[in-house]
Amino acid sequence: MTILPGSVGTLSASDDIEHAIAPEPGRTALLKDMLFGQASTIFAFSVVVIFLLVAILAPWLAPYDPLAQSVLSINKQPSWAHWLGTDQFGRDVLSRMIHGSRNSLLFGLISPALAAFFGTILGVTAGYFGGVVDRVISRVVDLLLAFPELLLAIMIAAVLGGAFWNIIAVITVAFIPGFARVARASTLAVKQEPYIEAAVAVGLRTPTIIIRHVIPNISAPILVLMTLWVASAIRLEASLSFLGIGTRAPNPSWGNIIRDGLNNLFGSPWPIIAAGFAITCVVLSFNLMGDAVRDVLDPETTR
Amino acid sequence: MTIAPSLSRQQPVSSTHPGPLLKVEDLSIEFGPEGTAVRVVEGVSFSIDAGAAVGIVGESGSGKSMTSLAVMGLIPSPPGRIATGRILFEGVDLLGLPRSRMPEIRGRDIAMIFQEPMSSLNPVMTIGDQIGEAIKLHEKMGREERRQRIIELLKLVGIPDPERRLGAYPHQFSGGMRQRVMIAMAVACNPKLLIADEPTTALDVTIQAQVLELMHKIRRTLNTTILLISHDLGVIADICERVIVMYAGKVVEDADVKTIFRSPKHPYTRGLLQSIPRLKDENTRLYQIPGMVPLPGTIKQGCPFFPRCPDRIDKCARETPPLLEITSQQKAACWVSAGATS
Repeated sequence: MTILPGSVGTLSASDDIEHAIAPEPGRTALLKDMLFGQASTIFAFSVVVIFLLVAILAPWLAPYDPLAQSVLSINKQPSWAHWLGTDQFGRDVLSRMIHGSRNSLLFGLISPALAAFFGTILGVTAGYFGGVVDRVISRVVDLLLAFPELLLAIMIAAVLGGAFWNIIAVITVAFIPGFARVARASTLAVKQEPYIEAAVAVGLRTPTIIIRHVIPNISAPILVLMTLWVASAIRLEASLSFLGIGTRAPNPSWGNIIRDGLNNLFGSPWPIIAAGFAITCVVLSFNLMGDAVRDVLDPETTR
Repeated sequence: MTIAPSLSRQQPVSSTHPGPLLKVEDLSIEFGPEGTAVRVVEGVSFSIDAGAAVGIVGESGSGKSMTSLAVMGLIPSPPGRIATGRILFEGVDLLGLPRSRMPEIRGRDIAMIFQEPMSSLNPVMTIGDQIGEAIKLHEKMGREERRQRIIELLKLVGIPDPERRLGAYPHQFSGGMRQRVMIAMAVACNPKLLIADEPTTALDVTIQAQVLELMHKIRRTLNTTILLISHDLGVIADICERVIVMYAGKVVEDADVKTIFRSPKHPYTRGLLQSIPRLKDENTRLYQIPGMVPLPGTIKQGCPFFPRCPDRIDKCARETPPLLEITSQQKAACWVSAGATS
């Protein structure tokens, strides 16, 4: 509809300051543009989707049983029969990689997501309410930070045992302090903003203010941190496997493929090359995706 | 001029509640730990009738913003604390209300416009959503009805093409436009009292004039009672009929605008008026009140303006003047104006 000059409400046509802003595309169109506008984002997105598909379809994709050993084909170079060669037990590296992606991606995705969730709750609570609440939460977080992640993980795993969900819990707890810190610091900054006071003045209650005004404004650093820690989670799982707490041999994960490969580096380098390459690809892709998601969430980078 | 139906629900001219809409009695606000607390507002009393527009003027640190924040229940606490007094809104003491009741009043009965339009809007929410938030909170309305209301509000505050601007983010607006959005947010639920804390300070002069014109319009259209906080007497004279002058946390003069411009009774008000530049004597040096506002808590006895006052007498150093009635239209906290000579 058009606004007639001097019609209801408008002061007059001449006193508005910005007549022309570019037409507003719909939100979904914008999202599409942000996600698929850049080549690097498309690449990252494709890599992640491919890896996820591989993980889901592992039993149908893998050419061999990942656990089947064969004395006749130990330490083979890549060939048409074994695309990535075989390891010191004659197991097909490609099949182990495909099956291993399940464990690694699950650990790599679930733990940072859970850690971000709980860490944000803790950090925002501490930052927004301050006082005693802040002191208690911050000291507990400091205590957890004082331990190296791996040590903390071993400690919890030793108490709980090495079942799948225990390992997830272990990695999650190890990552929570980092998220809590970032969330707390960002909340402290956002809390000072006049729009929070304005939200109070409108009559919003504290939970609504936190969910609608604080969390959206601190989401960017948390998302980026989350994508960065996908890598750390995969690495931590590998370390735990190495110590015999994570995925147990002979079951494959990218982490223990590297560990096994290290002992047999001169026999066949292919397990390490393959697993290292896969981890690098996934981590890089997640980081690129994190940047893209952050840009989508921040309206000021839209134009 | 026709008014859109949803906005024609003005505040009734005669409220159901007899007496003033807002009555502040002996309000004192202190900061810091008990015992060594510093009073930034002391013994402030005033009242505002429904439909009136009243201004509070004063320098930085005079306690005018703190007074308005106290009415909203927004004094940062700790370290702030309301030490004494009552704030009666339609006869109900807001300070006596349980904490959980205040959000119902904020935004619905009393709304506020802030000083910094550039940062008073959430950067990651569309302006439509932000205005809608207040409506959703206080009024039962369907989605489409709410959308229409937001469009009406944006029209009211003079934002062109409101249907499209609904989905815009604050960074796509200039300062003046953002202040208009803030005003739309504040009047979204048709509040009885609108507190505007330096609404034009951060804007340049042309935009200032537009925002002031908009405030006039809000008053005409919605019959909203306005409490305007400013350090600029000109802005207050434009909007308000009555002025309250604050100095060092106290009310020093309370009179209607015409009287105060014609015959200010407190020497501080006189100083303020003299320091407004005038076109005809552009070559003379602008008057300035000597000295500085005393730091809160440093005045132990006597009139807080005593050290800077050109008309001081001995009594001023000994006794703090209360707000004395000079005429029925004018009150001033000054011994000299009240007729004392020694």
